[in-house]
Amino acid sequence: MGGGTLVEAKDVLGMSARSTSRFQPWGPFEERSACCEPHPLIRAEKLSLYYGNTPAFEGVSWSIYQGCLTALVGPSGSGKTSFLTCLNRLTDLIPGCRVIGELSLGDLNVFAEQTDVLQLRRQVGMIFQKPNPFPLSIRKNLELPLREYGIIDRGRTDHLIEQTLNDVGLWREVQDRLDVPALRLSGGQQQRLCIARALILSPQVLLMDEPCSALDPLSSGVVEDLIARLRGQYTVVIVTHNLAQARRIADYASLFWVHDGVGQLIEEGPVSQIFETPQHDLTAAYISGVRG
Amino acid sequence: MILLPNITLSPSRVDQLLVWILQGLAAFAGILVLLIVGFLMLEAFPAVRQIGFLSFFSDASWHPVEGFYNVMAMVWGSLLAMLGAVLLATPLGICSAVFCHFYAPTWFVEPYRKLIELLAGIPSVVYGLWGLVVLVPLIGQLHPPGPSLLAGISILTIMILPTIALMADASLAKVPSVYLRGAIALGLSRWTTIRCIIIPAATSGLSTGIILGIGRAIGETMAMLMVCGNVVQVPTNLFDPMRTLTANIALEMAYAVEDHRAALFFTGFLLLGVVIVMVLAVDYIKQRHTYA
Ligand SMILES: Nc1ncnc2c1ncn2[C@@H]1O[C@H](COP(=O)(O)OP(=O)(O)OP(=O)(O)O)[C@@H](O)[C@H]1O
Ligand SMILES: [Mg+2]
Repeated sequence: MGGGTLVEAKDVLGMSARSTSRFQPWGPFEERSACCEPHPLIRAEKLSLYYGNTPAFEGVSWSIYQGCLTALVGPSGSGKTSFLTCLNRLTDLIPGCRVIGELSLGDLNVFAEQTDVLQLRRQVGMIFQKPNPFPLSIRKNLELPLREYGIIDRGRTDHLIEQTLNDVGLWREVQDRLDVPALRLSGGQQQRLCIARALILSPQVLLMDEPCSALDPLSSGVVEDLIARLRGQYTVVIVTHNLAQARRIADYASLFWVHDGVGQLIEEGPVSQIFETPQHDLTAAYISGVRG
Repeated sequence: MILLPNITLSPSRVDQLLVWILQGLAAFAGILVLLIVGFLMLEAFPAVRQIGFLSFFSDASWHPVEGFYNVMAMVWGSLLAMLGAVLLATPLGICSAVFCHFYAPTWFVEPYRKLIELLAGIPSVVYGLWGLVVLVPLIGQLHPPGPSLLAGISILTIMILPTIALMADASLAKVPSVYLRGAIALGLSRWTTIRCIIIPAATSGLSTGIILGIGRAIGETMAMLMVCGNVVQVPTNLFDPMRTLTANIALEMAYAVEDHRAALFFTGFLLLGVVIVMVLAVDYIKQRHTYA
């Protein structure tokens, strides 16, 4: 199982101090200090999304807590990516895509007519499965969002770039080649650059769609550690097929499932609930199915 | 395995055959270019020996009958007309493609594209005729005599605009959509996305379009012959008549003999040189601006 080997690989390399238990393939569940007062930041009320007339998911009511790391898991086609794209209205790009129901971010009604989409997307950053740095230099990748929002003073941009690259642990690797094309970086470095690019504008929310699945186990581990460190500072919503990873890093988790081709939210709650005492049979089956 | 009556042709042998055919065709194309260059050199050689290489640039004028062979006026004519047209058509063509891709309403795009394809297919003599009958008199009213560098630039611009626009269109379509999604997810405005990400990512295709435009502009003969006035002089302003290298060959080849004929071949050789220099220049610029 991929997740298990990842833990072991990381342990061997001393990257993570977690111990593995003989009884559970993932090791003992680690009780995390409550990162956050459970204060809902994102609230979905009976949210449904249709591509033309085909529903991707229906009737999702759910709250995502501020400052927490929330994982979305579930089988392929259950609408996880679709749900994520509602949060920054990337759904606007898909012709014929309709969203019904309520979705709010703080006081902002995401799908309201008068919502400023550019402002919304500044508040809600997104990381994709495949790292997608722009075909520009590393520096320009980070400068671009800054300039767009009026930060053009060279001293300030340089400072912010250094600070953000430090935050994602990339500064020491790239500090003397900021002007080389970003596409020359390794996959893991590219993904961390993309995270830096999203973080440099200090968004409230960070959406991540399988951010580690295109990376080798080592870079995946590095990126995962980085994501775990974002907890508290940002509200992170992460889609992952790696249950071990969800379990390791998330505070809350939810399971999406497909019923008759329509995605549904089956169960949500603290990771301890989802992984230790699942309330729903499907959750238990999904968790153990992947486990066995 | 393909079974034939007498031989058994394994897939790898079919493959080998295909490779040979393709190699043969590639060699043929290469040899053809070399043959043409060789032929030009052979025909131009007597002129260089008899008249002397430097005479082409230092003679008093172009009067082949009296033995004066200065081609510089026509080199300038060709260069100015081409540069003017490329400088006008490049931004216009790129704007047209950007409009097509990012701003035009959907119902408009296909008819518009078809129209540009049609424009690219109109024979140059038709453009020339239109220039002669409509454009030249108009310019004549503005500032006599009418046949002029300006008329040449205008016609050439109209002629190479569709080429550049179509190439730009194709290269914008080839920019991976992940860049676009990444930019939109960052909350970049459409204009910033186009200017800072899409256009740089499409540089390679855009410059190919410019190279094709340069080739067509330098090589255009008929239309130039019809609208430029064909006076052998370096144009000092936009309204001066002038003669291009190509028009010169077309005008005089019919009756040229001996040295004169060889001199015309030499001008053909010069044309080739100008094109090569321009292509190299565009390549150089392209290399400095791509980060892929
Ligand atoms: N642009 C689109 N147009 C039409 N249908 C789509 C589009 N994107 C997704 N779908 C459909 O919506 C459903 C949900 O897809 P979605 O990508 O949200 O699933 P997912 O849970 O992210 O799956 P995966 O785990 O494989 O990424 C699927 O049935 C898919 O075919
Ligand atoms: Mg997905």
